[in-house]
Amino acid sequence: MRHLIDIKDLSIDEINELIEVAKDIISNKGKYSQKCAGKKIATLFFEPSTRTRLSFEAAMMELGGNVLGFSEASSSSVSKGESVADTIRVVGVYSDIITMRHPKEGAPLVASLKSTVPIINAGDGGHNHPTQTLTDLLTIHCEKNRLDNLTIGLCGDLKFGRTVHSLITAMARYKNVKFVLISPKELVIPEYIKKEVLEKNHIEYCQTNDIEEYMNQLDVLYMTRVQKERFFNEDDYIRLKDYYILNKEKLQKAKEDLCIMHPLPRVNEIATDVDDDKRACYFKQAEYGKYIRMALILKLLEVK
Amino acid sequence: MNIDSIKNGIVIDHIQAKKGLEIYEALNLRDLDCSVAIITNAKSEKMGRKDIIKIDKVMEINMDVIGFIEPNATINVVQNDKLVNKYQVELPERIINIAKCQNPRCITSIEKDLDQIFTLTDKQNQVYRCQYCETSLK
Repeated sequence: MRHLIDIKDLSIDEINELIEVAKDIISNKGKYSQKCAGKKIATLFFEPSTRTRLSFEAAMMELGGNVLGFSEASSSSVSKGESVADTIRVVGVYSDIITMRHPKEGAPLVASLKSTVPIINAGDGGHNHPTQTLTDLLTIHCEKNRLDNLTIGLCGDLKFGRTVHSLITAMARYKNVKFVLISPKELVIPEYIKKEVLEKNHIEYCQTNDIEEYMNQLDVLYMTRVQKERFFNEDDYIRLKDYYILNKEKLQKAKEDLCIMHPLPRVNEIATDVDDDKRACYFKQAEYGKYIRMALILKLLEVK
Repeated sequence: MNIDSIKNGIVIDHIQAKKGLEIYEALNLRDLDCSVAIITNAKSEKMGRKDIIKIDKVMEINMDVIGFIEPNATINVVQNDKLVNKYQVELPERIINIAKCQNPRCITSIEKDLDQIFTLTDKQNQVYRCQYCETSLK
């Protein structure tokens, strides 16, 4: 039995296989519509995340399966003081696979150690969110037709942004990938990502606070939101939240086939005038998220 | 200063000065019913000053605890006045319930009965990360 707790749990071959299955689902939806008939996914959201939860639920429904679960801790037995380990043991009796989001980092790993069914981490605090990373990889593959030989710009909150850290970790395994790290000095990438991922794998990268400086070299531009909940000081948040606003003007020097991504929800960091640009991929990215989750559910349930 | 040599027991040597007491506490040596000597600030050619712990009993000790606190320590086992074994401790790959994760967002802060497990991720800089949240130990 396999779980997905951290993107590093998957080999490159397994990620490639998931991407191929997801692409096949996109082309042949009917072929997959009953693959999980009779199966149930439990979506245990100990903190709300409507977007991710709906993506998992839609994924299971499109595979012909059913969904049960809760969308916040107050409507579960956790509010009565139950441990993660106990909750998982019980829910495993009622479902074939579990996806969970939890505010505490490492909670999905604890769940996986006790579970009798596969566990998918749907986000644990500021730690991991592997299905977002898989979504990002599928998006890049669909839009660029490759995961190697890419220059990827990551812009915004690179300090607290877990999607950025996971994406760097995942992409560092592919050949000739370069990173342009664009952030204000207060939100630069943590030292351990530089040392233990980038430098350890001899990945080329540069840091700047100017979004336009390397724009003409980018194949992918990954924008992120500055998250209010990561700041202890509201003044810092207010000062930094609109540091980068990507608009048509800033895209003037960008490549014609640039892929603009964002994990969503967006606030101000991408102006709405970019939405109609053919290079804007962030809404497609949300859709790709459903397909890669379908592929993942099939893999973990060992459905052929 | 002289401390009698031991006939049967364990000498933990080459402990960085001032760390002896930390090892004593971490190994729960106060719970033993035999004599235990902690020598601090002993002169050492190699280290300048060092701490030494002498335990008047041959017993199993947790090498991971010592390796985590003082990876340069040596363990000498003495039986019938003779040195019968000498070990150089090493940084353990994994430590269990020796240190506690300080990340307030870690699941170990709320889930009862979880072992505190850390893995060595960077040997050169002696970085250990929590198995659950990957926060490094300070």
